[in-house]
Amino acid sequence: MRLIRFLLIGVLFGIIMTKSEAISWFRIQEMFRFQSFHMYGIIGVAVVLGAVMIYFLKKNKSQNLIGDQITFTPKANTYKASIFGGTLFGLGWAMTGACPGPLYTLVGHGYLVILVIIASALIGTLVYGALRDKLPH
Amino acid sequence: MSFIEFISQPWHWSISGAMIVLVMYLLIYFGQKFGVSSSFEAICSIGGAGRKIKYFNVDWRRQDWLLTFLVGSIIGGGIASTLLASPEPVTISEATVNDLLAIGVIVPQVEKTAGVGFIPLELFNFESLLTIKGIILMVGGGFLIGFGTRWAGGCTSGHAISGLANLQLPSLVAVIGFFIGGLIVTHFLLPIILSL
Repeated sequence: MRLIRFLLIGVLFGIIMTKSEAISWFRIQEMFRFQSFHMYGIIGVAVVLGAVMIYFLKKNKSQNLIGDQITFTPKANTYKASIFGGTLFGLGWAMTGACPGPLYTLVGHGYLVILVIIASALIGTLVYGALRDKLPH
Repeated sequence: MSFIEFISQPWHWSISGAMIVLVMYLLIYFGQKFGVSSSFEAICSIGGAGRKIKYFNVDWRRQDWLLTFLVGSIIGGGIASTLLASPEPVTISEATVNDLLAIGVIVPQVEKTAGVGFIPLELFNFESLLTIKGIILMVGGGFLIGFGTRWAGGCTSGHAISGLANLQLPSLVAVIGFFIGGLIVTHFLLPIILSL
């Protein structure tokens, strides 16, 4: 039963990714060509509203469903990993026109060829896991 | 106009951004966080990668909520593409249409048979897996997404939204990386790849 709520939030997320058109390869092209505010608007509103939300959750020492105080784990200060890994992901994002969330949503649209991209992402993850100790972080 | 017709139109960016924050809040309230690319790790762990590679030797059951969330998002995609389908294909700016036509991409708002504008159908299909550009875009692109997000420790959701909203400097650096990569492909590599 605990998992049902995550299933429902996921359904909502898939609808949002579709109706926002964030799953569109064409919208991502438009973003990387700086020819529309659309994607910047979506991410910008999410970041600003999210920042306000996180500020108040911290300030009010808000609790989650089971009564624990909500905390936020800082991202690791691995700047080399951020810039190198981030750049590689950016290459893949512009090639496929999809980041990980939209990849799953697109499968739900019936674009089964996207499963090939996901399978390839899993291989990329495996190779990263194998090479991790040799890469700068 | 019925409610279903109303929400079936493409959403304004401000509504979409606010709805993403709602998802982020719900995940936090239920004790989790908003970050999709961790799912790649969890799936590798389920597949038994932990027996060979220490990095994957973790209890994937801690990520069962994320995998369930993503199954939900697939269902959500199915609902959105049928019950909530927009009457028109995705409409992008005139400038982007012209740029894409110039490099030989068929744009749905110009060519109605080219689909609804989520993926370029002539590039992303099983037959094009037998072409060099298809292999680079799908197999190569997918590999870079997996390798890159795990190296960077997050993707658009974990770094660009959750990380920036929590004022994390490593996330800002990662987002700069996302754009370096995205701009290189869009402005330099894509025209070359599409000409192969």
